[in-house]
Amino acid sequence: MKVRVDSEKCQGHNRCYALAPGLFKVDELGYATPRGDGTVPPELREKAKIAVENCPERAIEISEEDA
Amino acid sequence: MGEAVQDWTTDYDIFDPSYKKDPFPMWDQIREKCPVATTDRWGGSFMPTRYEDLFNIARDIQHFSSRNVLVTDFGEPIEVEGETVAPEVNTAAQYNGGAPPITSDPPVHTWARKLLLPPFTATAVAKWEPETRRLCAELVDGFLANGRADGAADYAQQIPPRVIADMLGIPNDMAGTFTEWVRGFLELGLTDPELRQSSAINIFTYMNERIQERKANLQEDDLLSYLLTATVDGEPVPEPHVLGTCFLLMVAGIDTTWSSIGSAIWHLAQHPKDRARLIAEPALIDSAVEELLRAYSPVTMARYVAEDTVYNGCPMSEGDKVLMNFPAANRDPKVFDRPDEVILDREKNPHIAFGVGIHRCAGSNLARMEMKVAIEEWLKRIPDFRLEDPDAVTWAGGQVRGPRLMPLVWPS
Repeated sequence: MKVRVDSEKCQGHNRCYALAPGLFKVDELGYATPRGDGTVPPELREKAKIAVENCPERAIEISEEDA
Repeated sequence: MGEAVQDWTTDYDIFDPSYKKDPFPMWDQIREKCPVATTDRWGGSFMPTRYEDLFNIARDIQHFSSRNVLVTDFGEPIEVEGETVAPEVNTAAQYNGGAPPITSDPPVHTWARKLLLPPFTATAVAKWEPETRRLCAELVDGFLANGRADGAADYAQQIPPRVIADMLGIPNDMAGTFTEWVRGFLELGLTDPELRQSSAINIFTYMNERIQERKANLQEDDLLSYLLTATVDGEPVPEPHVLGTCFLLMVAGIDTTWSSIGSAIWHLAQHPKDRARLIAEPALIDSAVEELLRAYSPVTMARYVAEDTVYNGCPMSEGDKVLMNFPAANRDPKVFDRPDEVILDREKNPHIAFGVGIHRCAGSNLARMEMKVAIEEWLKRIPDFRLEDPDAVTWAGGQVRGPRLMPLVWPS
């Protein structure tokens, strides 16, 4: 599983970073990007789904492909 | 105040006392019957109430401009006959909508927002947490032994003006005056053009004086110095823009956050189980803050229709106003399970209390930090409290909703 943040949609709400800091980081303006290449370790799969559900901009996508 | 409202879908009045006190049934009615309500009151406006509509309209900046974000448009210039207003004030009041970036559209909005975001990231505002904590503790300690206090006037209202003053680098002992000015502009001034005008002039004039002083005495770590020394494309930020942004920071940083803190305290005063849960499970505070923001979202900004359009079958003309009812969207049952219940550990909560799209509240991380600290420090000292008389609570409404008088009592 991988997470991706659409930088055109992200407005820096900070929700994903607050909910799943192991998966996301924010830049100096507060916009989010995935950590590393976005690969989600098995123990953070649930967190990834929660991040998607809480993003008000619908900017986060999950793909099931393996890294 | 006009005649009583008969039909909230075609004749709503956001300044009606019953709406200020308890708008939730009206929103439910509108959402079900006619999701984009209309009114001719206060110059006329449209009011979407469904989450999906708010989401779409907020992101359609081509048709829905932010050049004017207040619903009552008096259209008056800031010059007042017989009053002396500094030329800088007049210039700033006309510049980029008066309070950029909130009052601007791209392309100005793009650089104006980029300028403002760095001091408001979660990491940047965390620097202000210890001082906020100290302030909240001191406020509660001041009235703890009395067994009573006004949770709005003595507590919630006292926090944001001091925090934003500290961040700006201006004296925080004028917090009471700032409060009065901001209420005069954004709360009471929405229906009183003269008060709104004089309040705006007071804020602009005061901030202009501080800017002129600070230019000669730049500091390391305050927002005034930051804005005065920042560059955009290699050029300094035009001073009228700095003044407009300072005006925004004072107005937006005060009324909104104290309303959220006040509503959170109001909720906890009536829900002993939620208090007990937050005390027993302190790690819940972050999701509790998001849930309280959802359930009691304070802010309804407006948009200005920039060109004729038809939204979802609803024709809108250039110059019309749209009230962005984010609070109603956050109670939409299509998106939120049991929307009228506060569920402190709600798992799916994509609330848009801070708006959505390019105008997402720049101060959202600051507001969250203040709410979290204000709730924590209160509960630490006053775990058990209640409203003295629920009917004695008064609410501000219109474009910012929150309690203004809220007598609380506790065992002392």
